[in-house]
Amino acid sequence: MSAALTDETVIRFARGVRLQHDRVRERWIIQAPERAFIPDPIAAEVLRLVDGTRTLGQIIADLASRFAAPVDVIGRDVHVMVSDLMTRQVLVA
Amino acid sequence: MTETILSPMSLLAELTHRCPLQCPYCSNPLALEPRKNELSTAEWISVLDQAAEMGVLQVHFSGGEPMSRPDLPELIRHAVGLGLYTNLITSGVLLNEKTFPALVAAGLDHVQLSFQDIDTANAELVGGMKGAQARKIEAARLVAADGMPLTLNFVIYRENADRVPQMLEAALQMGARRVEIAHTQYYGWGLANREALMPTAAQLEQTTEAVEAARKKYEGRLTIDYVTPDYYADRPKPCMGGWGRRFINISPSGRVLPCHAAETIPNVAFPDVRHDTLDHIWREAPLFTMFRGTDWMPQPCRSCDQREKDWGGCRCQALALAGNAAATDPVCSRAPDHERVKAVLDTLPAEPPPFRYRRYARATDEVG
Repeated sequence: MSAALTDETVIRFARGVRLQHDRVRERWIIQAPERAFIPDPIAAEVLRLVDGTRTLGQIIADLASRFAAPVDVIGRDVHVMVSDLMTRQVLVA
Repeated sequence: MTETILSPMSLLAELTHRCPLQCPYCSNPLALEPRKNELSTAEWISVLDQAAEMGVLQVHFSGGEPMSRPDLPELIRHAVGLGLYTNLITSGVLLNEKTFPALVAAGLDHVQLSFQDIDTANAELVGGMKGAQARKIEAARLVAADGMPLTLNFVIYRENADRVPQMLEAALQMGARRVEIAHTQYYGWGLANREALMPTAAQLEQTTEAVEAARKKYEGRLTIDYVTPDYYADRPKPCMGGWGRRFINISPSGRVLPCHAAETIPNVAFPDVRHDTLDHIWREAPLFTMFRGTDWMPQPCRSCDQREKDWGGCRCQALALAGNAAATDPVCSRAPDHERVKAVLDTLPAEPPPFRYRRYARATDEVG
């Protein structure tokens, strides 16, 4: 059911899903209905930028500059990751 | 002991055993707790504080019917304030336009709503309450209309197993994002009604195929969790993710348990939050340490390469089927008592016996 993602797409967390810092285990977790996922460190960086106003393009540009990495490489990875998280009902566009 | 003690992830708060329904597969113990023994609001608040401090991430408000407790919104609000993810596990028969807004206002994250069947007549026969189905459908509508994520839970048994495709389609129509197709687990009331509830091998195969087909068909729209009846399996389930590893259950009277069936375990004291702290119970109560990790394991578990995957299976099932909670789960094909599982399946009656409904025992009733 994926509408094509573009750099203009604004993504947000699905209702009832959130990124939360787990103080006891010192890591980020995705809280979702009846389960918690542990995002890998890169996914956590992406998800910290998801605020319902930033576009995918802005998120990618931010990561590319902070990690001094090529925009096209980061962009490809972010699109794949976001698409996967949409299938898992974590994110919605 | 060298076992690592992890922080618990998940708390099942069974606020009450009171419930308008009488489902014969209920996960509550046979001896239901009367209202007068229930924890107070202040006691539950203290439990939530302690759980969050220990690292619990999600709290599941359950029962009985948790909406029988008028303080439910207050408890949800408190849990939300602690950063806990709040889940309401409900029959839905008390969830209506008068009661739901307070739950929304309290910050509830998610609702899991149970259906006994998609066929109304059979659903109400199993739940023992006329008019329940319409109330549940209205509850689903309210939750979906609010936008709160909704999971529908269908417990599967002999009489409804053939209707899994219709259940999944109905779930989508009702606006659910998740569905649990959960075969009955045979403890407590489910065990007491095993001969009436157990599906055939052919029915199990059919439900598995229906779930697999629906997962493809509804990908991205409906997440389907599927729980099989492990009597038909060769390997045991990793019950609760391992004893005392991730999960705490609190009974209505404050007993702290590693799983909701653990009150069947003999010869051990049941710790409770009125007499000890949650953290101390989790770390040191004999009920939690007795089957934690792998040191307790008999053979063949002790030298099995699956021992840290399935954790020896389910202790309550070992007790129910082998008469010994410390035995290898008889579901495992390597277990010395595996034949007992086959014997149960081989002697299922052609015609299911009548249900023994989940009810409070009267003084004259036998209690198992």
